[in-house]
Amino acid sequence: MATSAAANHSQMLEDYVVRTRGLTKIYVMGGEELHALDNVALDIKRGEYISIMGPSGSGKSTLFNMIGGLDKPTSGTVYINETDMAQLDAAELAWIRCRTVGYIFQTFNLIPVMTAIENVTLPMVFAGRTPDEQLQRGKELLELVGLGDRLYHRPSELSGGQQQRVAIARAFANDPAIILADEPTANLDLRTGKEIIELLRTLNEERGVTVISATHDLHMIDISDRVVWVRDGKIDKIEDRQSVDVKVGHVDWEDQYRPTN
Amino acid sequence: MSAKAQGANEFRVGRVELPWSTAFSISKKNIMVRFGRAMITAAGIMLGIAFLVSVFTSKAILMGSGEPPSPEQETRQTWLIVMSLLVCSVGICNSMFMSVTERFREIGTMKCLGAVDAFVVKLFLLESGMLGLLGSLIGAIAGFLVVCVVHLLKRQLGQIASMDWAYFGMGLVEALVIGMLLSMAATIAPAVKAARLPPAAALRTDV
Repeated sequence: MATSAAANHSQMLEDYVVRTRGLTKIYVMGGEELHALDNVALDIKRGEYISIMGPSGSGKSTLFNMIGGLDKPTSGTVYINETDMAQLDAAELAWIRCRTVGYIFQTFNLIPVMTAIENVTLPMVFAGRTPDEQLQRGKELLELVGLGDRLYHRPSELSGGQQQRVAIARAFANDPAIILADEPTANLDLRTGKEIIELLRTLNEERGVTVISATHDLHMIDISDRVVWVRDGKIDKIEDRQSVDVKVGHVDWEDQYRPTN
Repeated sequence: MSAKAQGANEFRVGRVELPWSTAFSISKKNIMVRFGRAMITAAGIMLGIAFLVSVFTSKAILMGSGEPPSPEQETRQTWLIVMSLLVCSVGICNSMFMSVTERFREIGTMKCLGAVDAFVVKLFLLESGMLGLLGSLIGAIAGFLVVCVVHLLKRQLGQIASMDWAYFGMGLVEALVIGMLLSMAATIAPAVKAARLPPAAALRTDV
């Protein structure tokens, strides 16, 4: 269980891996201000599996980008492991992106000219690991996601689900504290999407990594520790697993609740 | 592999790195794997350098013919060289700009994986340098061959043999260096621009 993984840590009472305070992002479009994020305060515990839900345009991708240090907030702060992201220079931000956060994208975003193993080892190159280490870890990670026999395939030679598995292996390359997944199942069929979600959940439980996932996928809710609903740039409500379980329950939703997006 | 995710207590911020050897092999791979696309990019360079080398060759022939060129001929040659350089620059800038722009998303991904701006610029400069040198080499051979063929058709092949080889050699080296530097210079602006984008913005870009 993710909660017990969190509890194993020494600072168990206030062990938040991500905290945001007054997080605001304003885009100026055609002279008009658009509040993509409005004064968001969110605490995420170490080892949690969190889903960020919300309609498109609700600000969930913006929130995702802020937490991952992919974009700068207009005001407010993001703390990762109690480090204020706003205080970091470009190189330190890169270091955080390299070692502390693993990203998984809707469109997989593998480097097309590189093989699966090269994609997985790239973050290790940036982290300064030795070639032997890179190769060994890369193989282990690809085996972990079930692609031990696809090491030297290029993304174009892999199916969508396989590409996303490579992306997951890559996200885990430097043992990050946080995995940020931006609609990881949106480009996959239902069955593959479910497999990907289950893989993420397993890794979350086994490694105690915090998973933060923006999603439309109802199956995600089913396995999340908490669901954060975002609407109009604000946090609408935060539900924990028990209360969500009642709503989604164990109905075979595959046919009935097909995600609309 | 049994390592658990990082805890806050072992957390500190350091620096990322990209050794030259790795950068070199990534750039080489980018050219080799996308060879067709790379050759289209290089075509701009080839054409420009072919033109430049053909002008150099003609001048070398003129210098080797014994009679010194008249002032008008000198002016004309200079003009031709300036023009061919212009053609070169425009072609190369255009190709390089496109080849960087169409890879914005890749750049965004690299930055998500921990690349700093300098890595991105380093990779693109290396790649354009190699591509520039390769394109220039092919272009130089083509330019020289075209002049040879023209003289062959005019049955004046002897003029090629008696041309000013020293001048030609210098022109050849100049052309290669120009081709390489121009393609690197043309890459700097778009690569720096791309590298400076916040990763979120680079990832959003669709070309």
